[in-house]
Amino acid sequence: MSEAVNDPIIEINGMHKWFGRFHVLKDINLDVKQAERIVVCGPSGSGKSTLIRCINRLEEHQRGRIVVDGIELTNDLKNIDAIRREVGMVFQHFNLFPHLTVIENLTLGPIWVRRTPRKEAEESAMKYLERVKIPEQAEKFPGQLSGGQQQRVAIARSLCMNPKVMLFDEPTSALDPEMIKEVLDVMIELAETAMTMIVITHEMGFAKAVANRVIFMDEGEIIEQNEPREFFNNPQYDRTKLFLSQILAQ
Amino acid sequence: MDEAATENRKYPPGCHPDLPPPGIAAGPLLWIKDNLFGSATNVVLTFLAAYFLWLSIPPLLEWAFFDAAFTGESRKACKAQAPGACWAFIQNRFELFVYGFYPRPERWRVDLSFILLMVALTPVLWEKVPQRAKLLLFSCAYPFVAGWLLTGGLGLKPVGTDQFGGILLTLVIGITGISFSLPIGIVLALGRQSRMPVPRILCVAFIEFIRGVPLITLLFVASAMLSYFLPPGTNFNLLLRVLIMVTLFASGYMAEVIRGGLQAIPAGQYEAAQSMGLGYWKAMRLIVLPQALKISIPGIVNTFIALYKDTTLVIIIGLLDPLGIGRSSLADSKWQGLSTEVYIFVAVFFFISCFGMSRYALYLERKLDTGHKR
Amino acid sequence: MASEATTTATSDDPNALLRLWRNKEARSVIIQVFTLAVLFAFLAFIIGNAVQNLARLGKTFSFTFMLEPASYDINQRLIEYTSRDNHLRAMFVGILNTALVAGCGIVLATILGFIFGVLRLSKNWLINRLVYCFIEFTRNVPILLHILLVHGLIVHIMPVPRDAWDVGEAVFLTNRGVIMPKPIFEDGFIWTSLAFAVAIVFAWGFRRWAKKAQDATGKTYPVFLVGLAAIIGLPILVLFVSGLPLSWEIPALGGFNFRGGLVMRPEFLALWLALSFYTSAYIAEIVRAGILAVDWGQTEAAYAIGIGPSRTLRLIVIPQALRVIIPPLTSQYLNLTKNSSLAIAIGYMDIVATIGGISLMQTGKEMETMIIVLSIYLCFSLVISSFMNWYNKKIKLVER
Repeated sequence: MSEAVNDPIIEINGMHKWFGRFHVLKDINLDVKQAERIVVCGPSGSGKSTLIRCINRLEEHQRGRIVVDGIELTNDLKNIDAIRREVGMVFQHFNLFPHLTVIENLTLGPIWVRRTPRKEAEESAMKYLERVKIPEQAEKFPGQLSGGQQQRVAIARSLCMNPKVMLFDEPTSALDPEMIKEVLDVMIELAETAMTMIVITHEMGFAKAVANRVIFMDEGEIIEQNEPREFFNNPQYDRTKLFLSQILAQ
Repeated sequence: MDEAATENRKYPPGCHPDLPPPGIAAGPLLWIKDNLFGSATNVVLTFLAAYFLWLSIPPLLEWAFFDAAFTGESRKACKAQAPGACWAFIQNRFELFVYGFYPRPERWRVDLSFILLMVALTPVLWEKVPQRAKLLLFSCAYPFVAGWLLTGGLGLKPVGTDQFGGILLTLVIGITGISFSLPIGIVLALGRQSRMPVPRILCVAFIEFIRGVPLITLLFVASAMLSYFLPPGTNFNLLLRVLIMVTLFASGYMAEVIRGGLQAIPAGQYEAAQSMGLGYWKAMRLIVLPQALKISIPGIVNTFIALYKDTTLVIIIGLLDPLGIGRSSLADSKWQGLSTEVYIFVAVFFFISCFGMSRYALYLERKLDTGHKR
Repeated sequence: MASEATTTATSDDPNALLRLWRNKEARSVIIQVFTLAVLFAFLAFIIGNAVQNLARLGKTFSFTFMLEPASYDINQRLIEYTSRDNHLRAMFVGILNTALVAGCGIVLATILGFIFGVLRLSKNWLINRLVYCFIEFTRNVPILLHILLVHGLIVHIMPVPRDAWDVGEAVFLTNRGVIMPKPIFEDGFIWTSLAFAVAIVFAWGFRRWAKKAQDATGKTYPVFLVGLAAIIGLPILVLFVSGLPLSWEIPALGGFNFRGGLVMRPEFLALWLALSFYTSAYIAEIVRAGILAVDWGQTEAAYAIGIGPSRTLRLIVIPQALRVIIPPLTSQYLNLTKNSSLAIAIGYMDIVATIGGISLMQTGKEMETMIIVLSIYLCFSLVISSFMNWYNKKIKLVER
């Protein structure tokens, strides 16, 4: 696996978030270096999803600073648009656009946001479809694909925007077991190309294979973070130990 | 000073306390800020809405309540008391609005029918009723019992249907329409789903015909054309003809509602019934229809509400529902010119009953939604 | 063959008829033949009765009366008509009147319905609740009552022509209707109409060109603004250049009423406004449900790629919302058209009031006129339903 480069591409300082009165993220401090692969895990309700959704402004933080690729995340719409262009996101439920074909799903962003001519956008989209190993599905509609294929299309859709960071929000949780591997393979191949990735997942095999850092969150705080071997073999805090025992008990 | 300290204090992992959110403390002020003044457009909209309310509500309240006359014997008497609405008219004619021209000494029969209606509806609308099966039998028999009570004969003094009017008429038409359209609608829905072409085509044709024409044209058919199709010499009174057309009309819409219910039942139910060796009718009666009807109840209630509102159309062919009673009473010189009060009274009556029924239908839909997860 | 498969226990059944009944195919044939027989018997019965009753009353069943003079006036009409014209022409006047009020009603109801539907989704509590109250009040009061209320308001509250409320000395609101200036098209106006047609073609052509250009180079062009400017600007320009060949007949008060100008009678106004507001309440709920039906995740996915809010609405949310909105919307259009038949309650001369009303009363031909009225409405319904079915098939989301 490639080594991470030193300048942080994402800096989060003292970030707090509330949903109404509920304090969902407490004093988050996180630096993500380029080409770093981070796996975030934790019990449900710990705020992991909320954290990565704050990075591309799908959620708004109330206190603290988030800086992505040198651009600070504020209410300034220009900053938000610029950041969203550099950050790609893959959702648990794919969120493909059902009324557009696969190739149209992929070229929508490049055509309307990066103003790419259609032919160029389609050629680039086909390249990404080949990368996720389903080029033959280009003219089909999302409703005609299996779950694993849809998620791979979703990954290709984000990649078409040439992002610097890819966020994954439990990408395999909605898939039938036999389709999880095909998606994880795509993500591993992506990691090998030095893409910065933040992945929320329960697939600990993926973490062990690919991650530089594993972060454990609980009740809105980052409890523990370490490189995978240390994390799994030497958890420092009781809560981490409890979580690991539950998730690895097979 | 202190706040800044708490803001930047570092806690060991896992020990961070829950802090209150920054900005306006949550509560009514926060709600006002978010919901009424959240953005520039919202501020403008809030002011526009408030202005509109200020313009319309106080004059309306003045006219309807504060400056209104509630008792009196004529319009002149009302106006002498107060410049606003003359509700005395309603109070004066209240019995007409409710009973129509039903003879006063026999009105207990109308009241009894209404009470029995509540009894008949209880097992249909509520599940946890003791002795439900026996009460449902009574519900099936109710239309005939009520028919006998209201029209007389067999021991009760006969009352001509031309004396029905007001709310009595509305309920008679609505409830007769719905109760008889239910079995017809079931037959039509089953026929429409049939694999045999003849019943299917006939049912589709009938349903599409009914749903393609306005009710008023069918009422005109009832009043002008229907007697041609009956054997020479027979004479059905107008209300009976109207009831027939209204029932046929409701059947068309009921058929579609029940078809929806039948389609909502998983195919596995039909297959299970068939594999048990039940014939078509037994399978329908024991397995499919009970489930389909239960799912269709919100749709049936909505069809009833629509039918209930459509009963006002009978004034166009001369029957006197509450609206008709109101308009014909206006002809009385004592009360001329009070059409606004009449329309508003009837509107409020319909609003209260329809709103209540639609709330109930919503409650039913929600209850059935959770109970019938697929 | 099927017959062999089904007759298992009946091989020792002596009764051939019973064997036939147990055979699935034969049984279905028997049932259908029986049904048809019952149907024909019923039809024969009622038609026989009808023939007898008609003969008894000395009436004949024929449509020739349609060619006889109608002998009644129709006050609101779109085509030329006098009482000397025949019933057929009266029927056409009625059909056009129905089409007019239904068409105007559909337009206004759609506009209001979409506005109310979007407002109903607003975060502003006051607006949200106000619209909710309006929708609930409108839906729970019968349409006939709405029509009578609006008609009553117009006739009782609006002032007499002498004291008319005016807007800019040109549009007058009275209890005899709304009177506004009537445009008089002089000879040169044809150029303006041509310019309008040219502008539409140009806007459509520009849109196609812009799409091709975007495919080729990636640059976007302001299609909507250019099209709007053309459609509004070009005809106005030509209008001025050709010497303003458009004059107005301003209504003037003469005696007890206004003379000249275009009159919207209270019957038409009341029916149009009542139908529009009533149907808009239903359309608002349909629009709201349609927009809510689009998963929030779709919007998030679009934002995550960097597509802005207005483009997201246009490309992702609205196409999916429209799929959910259009079928019930066309049902409401059909309901509005059917509800327009209540025109007879306030004297607006639509199909029912002309052919099914006065013509019926004058000629006594109940059966023929009712058949005509029912057939016309059936035609309307079939046309709208077929369109809806065709549209549904066309935009169906492709799934496994």
